Amino acid sequence: MMMYTTARTAFRTLRRNPMRAMLTTLGIVIGVGAVIAMMEIGAGASGALKKTIASMGANVLVIRPGTASSGGVSFGAGTTTTLTPEDCQAILRECPAVRNAAPMVRARTQVVYGNRNWVPNAIYGTTPAYLDVQDWSILAEGEPFNDRDVLNGNRVCILGQSLVRELFDGESAVGKEIRIKNIAFRVVGVLSPKGANMMGFDQDDVILAPWTTIKYRVTGASASTANQSASVASDSVNTLSNLYPTAQRSLYPERSAVQLANNPMPVRFANIDQIMLAANSSAEIPLAIEQISEVLRERHRIRADEPDDFNIRDMAELTRTLSTTTKLMTNLLLAVAMISLVVGGVGIMNIMLVSVTERTREIGLRMAVGARGRDILRQFLVEAVVLCLTGGAMGIVLGHGGSLLVRFLFKWPVETSPAAIATAVLVSAGVGIIFGFYPAWKASRLDPIEALRYE
Amino acid sequence: MELITLRSITKTYQMGDIAVPVLKGISLAIRQGELVALTGSSGSGKSTLMNILGCLDRPSAGEYWLEGQEVSQLSADERALLRNRKLGFVFQSFNLLARTSALENVAMPLSYGAEHLSEREARERAAEMLTRVGLADRLDHHPSQLSGGQQQRVAIARALINRPPVLFADEPTGNLDSKTSEEVLQMFERLNTEDRITIIMVTHDPKVAGHANRLIRMEDGVIQGDAPPAAEPNQKTPESAP
Ligand SMILES: Nc1ncnc2c1ncn2[C@@H]1O[C@H](COP(=O)(O)OP(=O)(O)O)[C@@H](O)[C@H]1O
Ligand SMILES: [Mg+2]
Repeated sequence: MMMYTTARTAFRTLRRNPMRAMLTTLGIVIGVGAVIAMMEIGAGASGALKKTIASMGANVLVIRPGTASSGGVSFGAGTTTTLTPEDCQAILRECPAVRNAAPMVRARTQVVYGNRNWVPNAIYGTTPAYLDVQDWSILAEGEPFNDRDVLNGNRVCILGQSLVRELFDGESAVGKEIRIKNIAFRVVGVLSPKGANMMGFDQDDVILAPWTTIKYRVTGASASTANQSASVASDSVNTLSNLYPTAQRSLYPERSAVQLANNPMPVRFANIDQIMLAANSSAEIPLAIEQISEVLRERHRIRADEPDDFNIRDMAELTRTLSTTTKLMTNLLLAVAMISLVVGGVGIMNIMLVSVTERTREIGLRMAVGARGRDILRQFLVEAVVLCLTGGAMGIVLGHGGSLLVRFLFKWPVETSPAAIATAVLVSAGVGIIFGFYPAWKASRLDPIEALRYE
Repeated sequence: MELITLRSITKTYQMGDIAVPVLKGISLAIRQGELVALTGSSGSGKSTLMNILGCLDRPSAGEYWLEGQEVSQLSADERALLRNRKLGFVFQSFNLLARTSALENVAMPLSYGAEHLSEREARERAAEMLTRVGLADRLDHHPSQLSGGQQQRVAIARALINRPPVLFADEPTGNLDSKTSEEVLQMFERLNTEDRITIIMVTHDPKVAGHANRLIRMEDGVIQGDAPPAAEPNQKTPESAP
């Protein structure tokens, strides 16, 4: 009740000089507005980041072949052809920290359905494990292809949502036939939508097919390379290489284990572009990397003093870097906003000091009719807080409006956060109390007689 | 019974190294229901005495008994409470809050009182006080919309809002012309006779002093004379008060 009366008096006092109150509180308005906008945009960015991380597949590692170089000219990452499907099998078998692994070959070519055509972002040849690695197992429609399809090199595929849209105009694609490089593929399933990732890469603009089919039929590897690859790994446990018709009638005599060890094949023709795998948990990623390196170095017969002929990319590291960067940016901007709040607070203090001086006689009068020092202190403190809260409220509206505008204009992800609003209210009240205290204290210490005599 | 008793009150201001004695031993007794005029040349210490009487200031030495309570040694907060409950003050320069209605000006002391009136009760009480000083039709006027005499009457209503037994007025007519001065003085007389409020006012004007039933003359920090005004014999002697 008493607080209410004081607050009302404060409001009335401020209304007497609305222009000054407005200008005084402008610093708070801008400060709080900036805080709100930053927090909302920051929350939106980190929300989008989280979504992206989730859609990229949690705990995902990518192994790519190392860099080939010739005469000092490096050809860039992935230019050697050292990774094989057997490596993938071996990793699955020998690395307990790895949950699942999928070999991948990539193609980029035209896809035709009826009189429509489209070049998808990527055509991935892989195994059903890919869906598990990417946390993408739930399909929108149909069934994924199975290991049998991979073994047989069947011409089946799963389409991403964007392809369904481009080629089928939204109607059901399952059971239809599309042509990739003039090879007919039966659509067995449609992926659930994933949207764009953070780099703007449309993850739905993708076709998944058995890697064998892509490798041997689409990217046009000859039967003889398949043949050789089969013979290379004929003694390994890998079942994939045994399933090609060529594998049964090997052109070369079977090599013994000793021969293989003495004279390793320098190039494996059944090379794949990368292996994508998932660790059991993000905590086990370092362990998984260690185990994989060990297995691959052994399989690739790399001596202790030689560098790896592959590299392992850790998505977690990428996402960690990205999220630290966003967090850092948000914090930097928040710091700027905080500085603006402090500047606003100094403005409040300044005007409150002026106000105390101007109203010295009023203070004297109030004391003469019975106001105690603490009543005066409370009155000026409440006035400062009311001023700041009004500014804060305007700042919330401004900041929220600003972030909505950003979403509307730039299509940035923005998240309204009640925590930000609560913080803004607390912060502006806090600024009022901190910066209003000194003037209010000064007012409360006035001597009534001298205050009344003040001209 | 004595409402106010002063015993050897002194007040000395310290100006750097020099001590300036302003009140040099004032002893005084004022009864309930008196209307006292305090006169004296400028600088004789009238305002200083009034501030001590009004508990705005503390004497350097001496005793001040108010309604049987020694108040000269009270703390600032205790004096504030006392001012709110028992003392009314009227100033030469009205001291109304600008851009604030007469009603709110009058109700202002209530917000510092111990009794917490509701908003509505406070407004009713303020309106009642303004009616008593004849401003029932000026409740929502701001000070700038009122004449000097009306402003001083608003100030009187404000001083009386907590129904104090005693009212102090330091040159209440100093800023008023003779006609409005007369109005204000009649108001004091009425409050004194009808409501039995003890009034102590400072004035230079002998005509104003004529309204009082006791005249105290101060000179250079001491009381020079203390008697009923000589000009007109006073019917309302202090003894007639209950
Ligand atoms: N705060 C103060 N400091 C020093 N001297 C003061 C102060 N207040 C009043 N005085 C001095 O006390 C004397 C009496 O002042 P005052 O009581 O105001 O006289 P008046 O009778 O005119 O009201 C004056 O000489 C004045 O200079
Ligand atoms: Mg004076």
